[in-house]
Amino acid sequence: MAATDAFGKAQPASRRLGSARRRWGEDVGKGVLALCACLSIATTVGIVIALLLPAIEFFGTVSISDFYTGTNWAPLFEPAHFGVVPLVLGTLKITFIACLVCVPFGLGAAIYMAEYARPRIRAVLKPSLEVLAGIPTVVFGYFALTFTTPLLRSIGIDVDIFNALSAGIVVGIMLIPTVASISEDAMQAVPAGLRQGSYGLGASKYQTSTRVIVPAAISGIIASFVLAISRAVGETMIVAIGAGLMPTMTVDPRLQTETMTAFIAATGIGDVATGTIAYKTIFAVGLTLFVMTLFLNLFAIKMVRRFREVYE
Amino acid sequence: MTSRAFKENAFRLYLYFSVAVGVVALGALLLRVLIDGFGFVDEVLLFNPPSSNPDRAGARPAILATVWLLGLVFGMAVPGGIATALWLEEFAKKDRWYNRFLELNIQNLAGVPSIVYGILGLAFLVRGLGLGRVLLSGSMILALLVLPTVIISSREALRAVPDSIRQGGLALGATRWQVTFRSVLPAALPGIATGSILALSRAIGESAPLVLIGALTYVAFDPSPLNAFTALPVQIFQWIGQPQAEFKSLAAAAIIVLLVILLMMNLAAILLRNKFQRKW
Repeated sequence: MAATDAFGKAQPASRRLGSARRRWGEDVGKGVLALCACLSIATTVGIVIALLLPAIEFFGTVSISDFYTGTNWAPLFEPAHFGVVPLVLGTLKITFIACLVCVPFGLGAAIYMAEYARPRIRAVLKPSLEVLAGIPTVVFGYFALTFTTPLLRSIGIDVDIFNALSAGIVVGIMLIPTVASISEDAMQAVPAGLRQGSYGLGASKYQTSTRVIVPAAISGIIASFVLAISRAVGETMIVAIGAGLMPTMTVDPRLQTETMTAFIAATGIGDVATGTIAYKTIFAVGLTLFVMTLFLNLFAIKMVRRFREVYE
Repeated sequence: MTSRAFKENAFRLYLYFSVAVGVVALGALLLRVLIDGFGFVDEVLLFNPPSSNPDRAGARPAILATVWLLGLVFGMAVPGGIATALWLEEFAKKDRWYNRFLELNIQNLAGVPSIVYGILGLAFLVRGLGLGRVLLSGSMILALLVLPTVIISSREALRAVPDSIRQGGLALGATRWQVTFRSVLPAALPGIATGSILALSRAIGESAPLVLIGALTYVAFDPSPLNAFTALPVQIFQWIGQPQAEFKSLAAAAIIVLLVILLMMNLAAILLRNKFQRKW
């Protein structure tokens, strides 16, 4: 039976909604788009292969337990030692110092911009933090070496030319915009009703900020901290320039240190012959670094999604 | 003063101080660089090749290589990024596991340390493909590095186009493809351009992966895609590492050049945003 339209007029049975004929060109086009999307999957697969294969060869020579528990890192010396603990310690030192800077000040800046600042001040402040976020890391490295280290010395802290403290502080400064902008986003996403309810009950700005807004935005705030940690762990140039290239088994931030990233960069620069065990250390250390940041990133992504789901 | 008022003021003080840390650090950084380097920004720096003699050393090959990188990274990362964003926002079925995995994968890639991209380049481009330590390898690595950023900002721009635009097109009988390319993409283009320029400015300042794939070499000739190269941030890194104080000043001068390039790119992004931004 033929279909009828709204006026009861007969319509041909073949007539249906949508295009009458298949558009092959569009299908090809969609395929191209999907292929481009797959490039990012290929990148991840490429990274995993690039790290894993040489790292497996490396762990065929050096045992995993020696690598992760050894406290002597001297891959280029004879006899060579492959204990990665000093490098991990260096990375953790830098990350810890950076967090001492970026967590309180980044969060403070976020609360100020989200809750306190008048629109005019905010209009100046936000771009300046964006400028800070756009400064290349090599420039921050120069800053650590020529400004922060002399400054620390002038206030009586006896630091080496290259030291973990100065580099860590500068990494922290670099990360203030990261913490501030993600935390601020999370606080802006808190519904205005919560804020008004709190003021309506007679709470002050301080009480509203600390007891209503921050708890309501906590998953986004935690995400900003975790992302900052991940970026501090992966930061290369600032530590290569400011913290030195000497692995040390100490927690003293005034001394030289070497991080995992700085080691990778320094070994990549040097003319280490391909295929040697010293060359493969790049990949073993790189794999360790990648796994650390992977877990941090996944956790942060999960937290960001949570606040997006709750309030949007 | 009551304890409540005291807490309120103490908290305010903490907030002011927090903001000041970032702003003062930015000011100190810019001032330090200007004081150290301003006197050294001259035609020697801009037009001479590097040299072991600081009086004659310039950054001409590095500056030209950075311009090359800018163009090549733009050509690779922006089309790929827009295509991926279009796929995810306009065509993909969002509830399918593979599309959700794709999304998670992109978000994670945005957080992978840049030095790891350098390792990727070392393994696949420099050695695997046998491309060598050349400018093209460097630009491919930087393109992959900023691709997630381009995708994420392009998706945001696409999402800002209201659905009524799409529905209007579909109601007039256009296919999804026609609606996407004739209505949605043109409307989102200013936002995409702004985000892409900002992503590119990140690529221009990046040095760690380039150092790893061997951009830290002495290059006296003007760069081309299949030759050895050194980019401006890498040149800065190299000069910082020299023992003579003159090279530190040269590094500061080269930083000024780099910051001016970045500033111009950011200005372009802001102008684009202000000129073409539409409120729906």
